Amino acid sequence: MAVKELYDVIVIGSGPGGLAAAIAAKKAGADDVLIIERDIELGGILLQCIHNGFGVEIFKEDLPGPTYSQRFIKEVRALGIETMLDTMVLDITPLKKVYASSKQHGFVVLEARSIVLAMGCRERTRPMIRIPGTRPSGVYTAGTAQRWTNVEGYLPGKRFVILGSGDIGMIMARRLTFEGAKVERVLEVMPHLTGLTRNYVQCLLDFDIQLQLRHTVKRIIGNDRVEAIESVKVDEKWKPVPGTEEIIPCDTLLLSVGLIPENELSKKAGVLLDPRIGGPIVDDSFQTNVPGIFAAGNVVHVYDLVDWVTEAGYVAGNAAGEYAIKERQKETGSITIQAGDNVRYVVPQMLDKAHLTDKPISLQMRVINPIEDPVWVEAHDGSNLVARKAERYVRPGEMVTLKLRPKHFDDVRKAGTLTISVNPK
Amino acid sequence: MLEKYDYIVIGGGVVGSVITRWLSKYEGSVLLIEKESDICMGSTSSNTAIVHAGYDPLPGSLKARMNVRGNEMWDTLAGELEFPFERRGDYVVAIGEEEFSNLTTLIEQGKKNGVPGMRLLMGDEVRSLEKEINPEVSGALWAETGGICDPFAITISAAENAVVNGAKVMLNTAFEDFIMDGDRIIGIKTNKGDFGCRWAINCAGLYSDVVMHKAGVRPEFKIIPRKGEYFVFDRADITVNNVLFPTPTEKGKGILVTTTLHGNTIIGPNSVLIDDKEDRSCTTAGLDEIWEGAQKLVPGLKRKHIIGMFAGLRPYGNGPCKTPGIDYQHDYIIEIPEKVKGFVNLGGIESPGLASSPAIAEEVVAMLQDAGETLKVKKDWNPIRRSRPRFRDMDHKERERMIRLDPRYGRVICRCENVTEGEIIAEIHSPIPATTYDAIKRRTWLGTGRCQGGFDMPRVVEILAGELGVSPLEITKKGSGSDFLSRPTKNVEGK
Repeated sequence: MAVKELYDVIVIGSGPGGLAAAIAAKKAGADDVLIIERDIELGGILLQCIHNGFGVEIFKEDLPGPTYSQRFIKEVRALGIETMLDTMVLDITPLKKVYASSKQHGFVVLEARSIVLAMGCRERTRPMIRIPGTRPSGVYTAGTAQRWTNVEGYLPGKRFVILGSGDIGMIMARRLTFEGAKVERVLEVMPHLTGLTRNYVQCLLDFDIQLQLRHTVKRIIGNDRVEAIESVKVDEKWKPVPGTEEIIPCDTLLLSVGLIPENELSKKAGVLLDPRIGGPIVDDSFQTNVPGIFAAGNVVHVYDLVDWVTEAGYVAGNAAGEYAIKERQKETGSITIQAGDNVRYVVPQMLDKAHLTDKPISLQMRVINPIEDPVWVEAHDGSNLVARKAERYVRPGEMVTLKLRPKHFDDVRKAGTLTISVNPK
Repeated sequence: MLEKYDYIVIGGGVVGSVITRWLSKYEGSVLLIEKESDICMGSTSSNTAIVHAGYDPLPGSLKARMNVRGNEMWDTLAGELEFPFERRGDYVVAIGEEEFSNLTTLIEQGKKNGVPGMRLLMGDEVRSLEKEINPEVSGALWAETGGICDPFAITISAAENAVVNGAKVMLNTAFEDFIMDGDRIIGIKTNKGDFGCRWAINCAGLYSDVVMHKAGVRPEFKIIPRKGEYFVFDRADITVNNVLFPTPTEKGKGILVTTTLHGNTIIGPNSVLIDDKEDRSCTTAGLDEIWEGAQKLVPGLKRKHIIGMFAGLRPYGNGPCKTPGIDYQHDYIIEIPEKVKGFVNLGGIESPGLASSPAIAEEVVAMLQDAGETLKVKKDWNPIRRSRPRFRDMDHKERERMIRLDPRYGRVICRCENVTEGEIIAEIHSPIPATTYDAIKRRTWLGTGRCQGGFDMPRVVEILAGELGVSPLEITKKGSGSDFLSRPTKNVEGK
């Protein structure tokens, strides 16, 4: 793949939001669309979500994550959207320069007319919720454990306690049980479930995995590897209730305690974030405060269903595509079309160079005086004849059309002004 | 036949590593043994990373002399070993009039210790220098020689330089006992076998009491671990650019608000005496204590900006000060005991041990010379250790050039700290090979950012397994017993 320096739209991230955005941008008319993905294949976190539950809204089908994403990946390929894989974006500037680095492509500097931020979100970690205790191996976020289990093919432990009733945590409880691991308990500090009820039923109830609401981890025990955790009940003010402590032996603690939109790059680009959710402040087309920078999916706020992320990606991508086209027109400039001999007016008066692609462009005009003999209708760039056609006669009451065809476009592009004239042959 | 060395250094913390580096300058063989899977895993691994100016220790104590002399040696050492060090000065901040008057006492103490470049600042000055500071600040002691460092970097680079100059480092090698010939140490027993030596040097930190007791020295000496807990903040959210100490109390230097070389604000430590020399656990009470303590200096700290937490243990000893007339029971021990030959005994090297470490090495060398060692500088001694490329610190042009030279530097593995595959592989094949996740973390700072390794961990395990030619199942976080993975999926347990 040849790396261009200027793209209409660059999409950062190829999860559901990024894939949909790239597809929509291309369909909106953006020619050069590029997806930059840090992993070695397209799909984002969906690739490790091998459980079902995706596509019910969009496809009316219940699909596993990789199958769902594959449908969009196929479309991306069919549309000829470029991709850069195993590539990390390091910096984005407000002027939409993108700095990225990879083994294959080296250090690249790209420019985009518009950008869609689709970096998704990251998981909250142990220090963020300040769980006391030792710092052994065996304390993982649920997503990291999911990657190990479903992508790398390794179980990250044998006996698990899961803190947090988020969806990834509950889904991992079931997944680990399938693999022969023992899930001792799911603890949730809130008085209610934080994930979807369907996951509670399908992942915990169906597998006899106990959920304890209003419980949390008081401390982690074990120097090298987790040996146990101490759980404790909390009261209405989230204070531990003395006497309710319980030591639960385990070798792994999984954390499913929330997701945070991933916006380090957004900040570098000057994008303003909503402090309450950590995602960019956007308008109805998902455009941020920086003109031409859009954001889609979990990078904006954390969604419950992937289908809605896809829909958001479509909206953002479409808007980004349209923005890019307008920008391109501004940059490439336009050609003035003026009336010459015996021509009263020509429409359009301006021609966008960007539109000089594969479709003919019709120039429509009215003549001043009738000529009842054969005439040439000609478009000139100064003394250079760009295009012409013959008419048997011209009359002011009848519109005359001159078509500029792709074979003319090279000459048209060179012209600052095209003059249209109608003269006897 | 017994493998024999001139010098065996017991313990690979900053003191042991810097001493090994000093000894590797001279003819004679040196062995450094470390019980853990990497050097720099004890007290050196978890502290405030400050090179103290020297106004804190009691005048007349060995601690004071080592601190002030050690501090002035850092620039040269950092230049030779190419580790990052910034002498950006530090503040002892006074809140209210009473604390302000205590600063005068502190500045007098500093003068007695020979600390240069100290000055009293008024509240307004401090406020204008540090925007995050408590507006009720009444003044500060400013010490221009205070510095911040990366404790891993000095320790690892010193040990690497020693290795390049012929020293040997053995990891996973635990001291068990001395081999004596009468009153002379002639070797040591370890879990990896026996080694002969002419001199054994006790740099065992938290275990320095255990080691000296095996030699029959100072049976009354005892190390009581003194725990300190810390929080680390996201540099994107808050930046305190200065080293801010509170006005000290009898409990110690107090809870600081400071910055790492990487720009992360950190707060801590508290000071709790405990029994267990391996207990680096954080406690609810301790974390609450540092939170409150730090708020006194910087009230604007927010819990939601915390990205890391850890605890460290200071090797707090009961070594008496040797200066006549000074009643101080927590001084450093640096001695060649009279009743045991072939033994350099160090003990109780707690804070400011990091700052003091070059001076301690210099002191040990001088003691050996006094004891009759004819230390002759090696003809081919190379004091220089080159730092390895750090993608994070490069500008765009340098990155482009580096990746063209070695494409592995183009693959970013740690997204928060921008650490590349090339850097990780370079550390795995460095003079003291990094063979665990934490060893790579110590050397590259990978996994220390806001995602705390969530992204890089599976990738680093894969790289380690590939480079070491082992299964990912064998890769550990910090040595034996700390594996990441239990078995491949689709396997029945036990098969």
